[in-house]
Amino acid sequence: MRGDSRDDTPPAMNLPVSLIWLIPALPLVAAAVGTAAPRRRIAAGAAIAAIAAAFILSCLAFRTALSDPSAHQVCNFRWFDVGDGVVRLGWLLDPLNAIMCVMVTFVGLLIFVFSLGYMDGDENFARFFSFLSLFAAAMLGVVVSNSLLLLFISWELVGLASYLLIGFWFHRPAAAAAAKKAFITTRIGDLGFLLGLVWLYDSTGSLLLFDGGHGVLEAGVLASLAAQAHAGGLAVPTAIALLVFCGAAGKSGQFPLHVWLPDAMEGPTPVSALIHAATMVAAGVFLMARIFPLASADQVLPGLPLHALTVVAAIGGITAVLGALIAVGQEDLKRVLAFSTVSQLGYMMLAVGVGSWVAAIFHLLTHAFFKALLFLAAGSVIDAAHHEQDIRRLGGLRRPMRMTFATFAVGMMALSGVPLVFSGFWSKEAILHAASEWPVSNLPLLACLAGVVLTAFYMTRLLCEVFLGRPRSPEAAHAGESPPVMTIPLAILAIGAVFLGFLGTPAWPWLQSFLTGVPVPAKPLLEGGGLTAVSVVLVAAGLGAGWALYGRNPRVAARDRDPLEAAAPGLFGFLRDRMRFDGLYAATAGRLNSFGAWLADFLDRRVWGGAVRLLARLGELTGSVDREIDQQALNAGFNSASDGIRGAGRAYSRAQTGDAQGYLRTLAIAFVAVALLVLLGGGR
Amino acid sequence: MTHLQLCLAFSSLLFAVGLTGALARSNSILVLLGLELMLNAANLNFIAFWRFGPPGGPATGVVFVLFSIAVAAAEAAVGLALIISIYRHQKNIRLPDARRLKG
Repeated sequence: MRGDSRDDTPPAMNLPVSLIWLIPALPLVAAAVGTAAPRRRIAAGAAIAAIAAAFILSCLAFRTALSDPSAHQVCNFRWFDVGDGVVRLGWLLDPLNAIMCVMVTFVGLLIFVFSLGYMDGDENFARFFSFLSLFAAAMLGVVVSNSLLLLFISWELVGLASYLLIGFWFHRPAAAAAAKKAFITTRIGDLGFLLGLVWLYDSTGSLLLFDGGHGVLEAGVLASLAAQAHAGGLAVPTAIALLVFCGAAGKSGQFPLHVWLPDAMEGPTPVSALIHAATMVAAGVFLMARIFPLASADQVLPGLPLHALTVVAAIGGITAVLGALIAVGQEDLKRVLAFSTVSQLGYMMLAVGVGSWVAAIFHLLTHAFFKALLFLAAGSVIDAAHHEQDIRRLGGLRRPMRMTFATFAVGMMALSGVPLVFSGFWSKEAILHAASEWPVSNLPLLACLAGVVLTAFYMTRLLCEVFLGRPRSPEAAHAGESPPVMTIPLAILAIGAVFLGFLGTPAWPWLQSFLTGVPVPAKPLLEGGGLTAVSVVLVAAGLGAGWALYGRNPRVAARDRDPLEAAAPGLFGFLRDRMRFDGLYAATAGRLNSFGAWLADFLDRRVWGGAVRLLARLGELTGSVDREIDQQALNAGFNSASDGIRGAGRAYSRAQTGDAQGYLRTLAIAFVAVALLVLLGGGR
Repeated sequence: MTHLQLCLAFSSLLFAVGLTGALARSNSILVLLGLELMLNAANLNFIAFWRFGPPGGPATGVVFVLFSIAVAAAEAAVGLALIISIYRHQKNIRLPDARRLKG
């Protein structure tokens, strides 16, 4: 890439903020190339080359950010003028988005490579890679933009790419419906986001995040915002932050807008890994971390009934427990992972809510690695087992798929938070400690601890059901290991899932110092030992319960009842039906919508349709009158004239026999006649 | 009979032979031959009137004939090209069959 060859000039190795737009632009170009030339090699090659180049650029940007972690480097520019107002957009480079760029491009690169193997037999291979590139471009746009407006634009593009990719196999009705559900549900949240932006622009006159003291995240503007009159019991910053949080909740699958995320698993598995586990769904958490100064602006105001972050923490806690509970009752491999994602996103939101956005980002990064790993391993299983996803019908895959099993086990232990070695442990500990230090309430901590035990339990269940015991269907019995193009990304992600945690341990809080730009003092490795001990015991309890129920006596036949189902059929059914949220929404929002549709249909058919039909009748009547006049009066004259012309033409055309000698004969006779006339007439 | 009258009688004969050929034959090439005969009869008239007309005039008749021969050569080339293309279309060169331009 640029400047690589000139090692003698060190500044060229850094990526200045004015060029950071290249990071989203490269995948965008790849998407355009893949669309314009829908050839397999071109589309996939362009996509992978672009994401690899974006990864290198992101590393250079990371170096730039590393040189001064406390600075927010910006590059703002005018977009257009409206009257006296100037709409400005901009790019931002600071530790938060530098590390997000590196994570998104790195995980993206591995998943793109994995897709080469997974989508190999698909007829729309080129289209898939164009969409993936479009997604990468939009996601990187969300990350690097310095303007909430530009962020919102990229945010919607991310939603579009997600819609396209969930519905990639659009010929399956379930996939088409899931795509629509995802799009509409996130749109409900995005409406709140947009309203928040409008309000924010109205109050501050700017949507730039950092603008030399005038950006909406900078102290002066926040102070003036906090000083504004309260609106309906809420401070203005609280209201704006809650509206923006609506968008974040929609994107990140937070209760009560979480219903779309499990359905999004209808998309191809690499998509689930990239978009619906590692990156896009984390965008909501990223957004809340990004606007954390705005969201916490109301903390200094005295006597408020409600702080924005309290709501964020509450929603995050509910989502964490709810997702983990539902995951226990799911029987589809990818859906267990999907609800686990919902639950983990709840953790991250909770961390933002209790004021530790750094812990949220730490968990976001580690989660991106181990959840992408789990999804790709699931993809490897699904691909090997001929698209069998029901864990009751899998089983016994440990021996034929050693590599997949090993990496899945690493991901499972990282997600469960097995102590000391795995990254999930450290990031989860960071969140637990942040929650325990929250002065407002102990509930988030309790939610976290409940989530810990449930997570360990359902992940053990999943691992045992899929990999232990005996194959319970012909598909599972014939499964073999996936090709290296799929297992190598798994191995790389597994390494990341283990070692990434060491970036942010209490003993060496490098990530915390880097993200905040302020050196964080190192503490003993296991600070707050009591809480750590409790969480370790809970993890062990979850693993042990899972092993006791599912590992010791693995399921024998696909029809066997789940041990939990046998114990409490009602509760298990309730969880398997995802706590009936879909039914509830169908009965309320869906029915309201249907009524609206029926009303609109009635108005359309009976009222407006009647009026239109009346007008149409009138038109028909005048038309028929016109036609009669035409046929009777005007046509007769024209007809006779054209008949005359046609007759004359026919008479003349009779002379045109086409016989050349006939013409010559006529000519000769005529000449003789003229000559005779001249001679007999006496000449001259 | 004077020389002039002899020449005119000969050219009339030649013209009549050419006209008959052009009208009576169905083979396009022979029709073309008939046309050439008629042209040459006309050329002969030019030469005859120039040779036996009032002496000392400019050589208009000869020049006219030279032009006429050149034009006839060009016309023969075009005619033969037409015949070839007629042959391509109808696999023979019978003129009565080539009446596709019938109105």
